[in-house]
Order: sequence, then structure tokens, then C-alpha cells
Amino acid sequence: MGDNHEEPAVTLDAFLDQSNATAVRLEPDEDARALIPYLDRLALIEIAFPTFRDGRGYSSARVLREAGYKGELRAEGDVLVDQVPFMRRCGFDSFAPAKPLNEAAVEAALARYEHVYQRAADAGVPAWKLRHG
Amino acid sequence: MRLHDIGIELVKKDGVLGGRVFVGGGMGRTPMIAPEINPFVHADDLLSYIEACLRVYNRYGRRDNIYKARIKILVHEIGADAYRDQVAEEFIHVKKLGIDPPIAEFDRISAFFAPPAFEANLSDDIDRSDPDFAVWLDQNVKPHKQAGYAIVNISLKPIGGIPGDASSAQIDVMADLAKTYSFDELRVTHAQNIVLPHVAKRDLYVVWAALNEASLANANLDLVSDIIACPGMDYCSLANARSIPVAQKIATRFADPERQRDIGELKLKISGCINACGHHHAGHIGILGVDRKGVENYQLTLGGSGAEDVSIGKITGPGFDENGIVDAVEKVVEKYRDLREGEERFLDTYRRVGMEPFKEAIYG
Repeated sequence: MGDNHEEPAVTLDAFLDQSNATAVRLEPDEDARALIPYLDRLALIEIAFPTFRDGRGYSSARVLREAGYKGELRAEGDVLVDQVPFMRRCGFDSFAPAKPLNEAAVEAALARYEHVYQRAADAGVPAWKLRHG
Repeated sequence: MRLHDIGIELVKKDGVLGGRVFVGGGMGRTPMIAPEINPFVHADDLLSYIEACLRVYNRYGRRDNIYKARIKILVHEIGADAYRDQVAEEFIHVKKLGIDPPIAEFDRISAFFAPPAFEANLSDDIDRSDPDFAVWLDQNVKPHKQAGYAIVNISLKPIGGIPGDASSAQIDVMADLAKTYSFDELRVTHAQNIVLPHVAKRDLYVVWAALNEASLANANLDLVSDIIACPGMDYCSLANARSIPVAQKIATRFADPERQRDIGELKLKISGCINACGHHHAGHIGILGVDRKGVENYQLTLGGSGAEDVSIGKITGPGFDENGIVDAVEKVVEKYRDLREGEERFLDTYRRVGMEPFKEAIYG
């Protein structure tokens, strides 16, 4: 699903050491804010989800999108179908699940709710904005 | 409010609505009282502020350890001042994201919570000539802000019954009463009781008679037999000990209604494991069931409160078996009756005299 960027992602430490790479991988305990000075030259940021219970990668995604990152943001690892819509809301635009997801189930999950309550890192317009302008 | 991850007290400052925000409370294996993180957050900023509170937790919380992955652990470890500073910094950023809806949205939502169409000019008079009704009225019926109305509490704590249980027939009775006499509204409380929030005072006797007919007129609200108990080992696979039989035995021990009323307000709460679903930490008297080498054992705590005067109960000492805990509770209550001054509740007396006299009464 949307695996656009082919260059292997380097670790955060390696990237900060020799920052000519254009793809980097963040582990859950790494601070995404360390990448903010380099966002313009990055084409891919891959965020690791070693287990579905560890949600720190969602926060990393929001930090990066709110700082203006426009490149590919990939969720890699224990990514489950019911998490994909929330990951999209946090700004992820590509997914590399360790276990392949059922494409039809993903489409259905993404189409389930037409409206959103709150502004997030995707294009969703909150219901109150639609009501009150 | 201060025993939650985040508690918000709605307050007005100079006529402006806002929230007093507490962060980092909780019960379970690590009970903590939440410190005040902000005395006043303007209502227009509340969503952003709470999001900032969560973001700081998400950034620094102990997600690596399920026992420590709680806001209370973070606030405790870094301290309220450091947490408050982090939230303040994050809030400046979050506020720019446009999360807070306009006031028009609050107004739209509050319309769904408009008060019902109260009748004006109703009488506040109540005929108290039936003595059983009068007892229930004094114990279970609370004042309403609307003249001519009252709040009816239905106690689901019959002596010797399972706390919070109701049969399907009883539920039908309560639903019908809510429909006919309380603007079709009924609420379940955390105390495992039911509230009919808006009953006209002229209807109270009819409501009581119907409740009495359905064995639902237990006049013991907030008394020692109004026990909160988790399902315990009878129903719950997490539990280490049974809660319900202990609640039943204690209520039976204090069955005499006059003795109960003399004891007065006493919040007794029982949990069958450390997760504290029965909120024993917040009980004036709390009981925690544990497993000690395969045998159920009950620890006793005194002095907790989940109300505005929040506190966490302190453990008295070694635990008891099922009958021993009932005896220990009775000794504590009788000690309170000896020691109390004036209108003191159990909790007030405990706070004045401390643990020692009660310890002595229990362990001698």
C-alpha cells in the first residue's frame, strides 16, 4: 500500500550523524522533534510500530505534520486495519503492515465515517466547522 | 474529581466560564490525588488545554511498562510544576491548530441538555403522615433547584441483597416511574443506585408507594448498608477475593435501621482486587480483598473520600478473614460512636482523632 520511496530508511542516530540520507526511521521512544530542522530534505519518514499497543508513533506523526513535513509518512510494523483511519488522521499516508491487510477491509474502514469531530493532521473538516462556518 | 487522570471543575471567574484542571490522580495499585495544574482555563481553550495535557503525557509517559503507563505516574515522577510548565509550552502550539470549536457549537450542544418543562407554582408541601414514607423521604430524597420538585434516590441496597442488583420486574417499575413522574429521565449512579432527577413533590408519596410495592424503598442512602461492591470473584476473572458476600454480611450486621441512622453518613466500599473497581481507596471505610497463599484475606482502610474533601484511605494493619472483617468494621463503627462529637460524621471523627484509637479497638 503506497510504498513509494525505495531508498532504505536509516536510523535516527545514523541520520543525525551523516544527514545526507533522504529516508529515516523513527522508533517509538525517539523524539520526532529532532528531525524538524531537516524536514525539507527528507522524502520518507518511516515510523515503527513494534506492537499495536504502543501508540507513541501517532504522536510522532502529528509532530512532523504540524512542523510542515510534506513527504511520505509511513507506518511500519504491527499495523492493524482498525488503526489505519486514525493513522491517516495523524498524517500517515503510507502503510507497511508486517501482516498484510485485507484491502477491502481497509477501504471500508476508511469510508466508514463521513464526518469528523475534530481538526487533525489530515484534510478532515470538523462537524462544527461545517455547521457554523 | 481528583482521583481521575484528568479532573475538570467548572468554575466562573468574573462571570466567565472556565475549568479548574487537575491532572494525575487515580486509584488502582498506585492511588494518587491529582494536583491542580491550572486554576482557570477559559472554556474557549479547554479542549486545546486538555490536548496539551495528553500530548505531554504521550511524549514523556512510561509507555514501555504497562503498570507505569499512566498520567499519574508521569506527574508524580517529574512533579506538578515541571508537568505544568510542559503543558503551558505545548498549549501555545496546540492553540494554533484550531481545535476549539466556536461558542455557537457549545450553545448547540447545551440545547440538548436544557432543563425539562417544569410546572410553575407547584406546592412544596408534603404529607408526612405515613411514618415509613417519612423515613424514606428524609433519607433518600434530596432538594431540587426547581421549586415544587425533588430528587429521588432509589437504593438498590436491600439488607442482605447483592449491592446494585435489580430484577427485570424492578427495572420495569423504575422505567415506568421515570416515564410518568420524572420527565422520562433516570440515571444510574456510581454508588450503584438509581436517581429519578425531577419528581414533583406532590407525586412523592405515589412514587414511594410504587417503589415500596417493588421492594425498592430501602431508606438507607449513604448509610453503612449502602455499600459499593465490585462483582468480586463471584463474577470477575481478575478478582482475588469475593466482594458480594462480605457486603451482604456487613449490611446484615447493621440491619437495624435506627442504628444505621444513628451512625449516619458512612461510605463503605469493597474491591475484590488491587484494581480498585469498588473504589475502596475513596471509602470512609474501605475493604480490599487479596489472595494470601490461596486464602481470601481482607485489608481494612479508613479515612478515604471521593468527594470535594478528597483523601485516600490508610490501611489499619494486618488483614482479616471473611468473618473477621465484618467484626473489624463493627468495632471501628462502634469506636466512632464512642468518640464522635456533635454532628461529626465517621470521616470527621477519623480526621480529628487519627488512626490510633481505631487500631486499638480492632487489634486491642
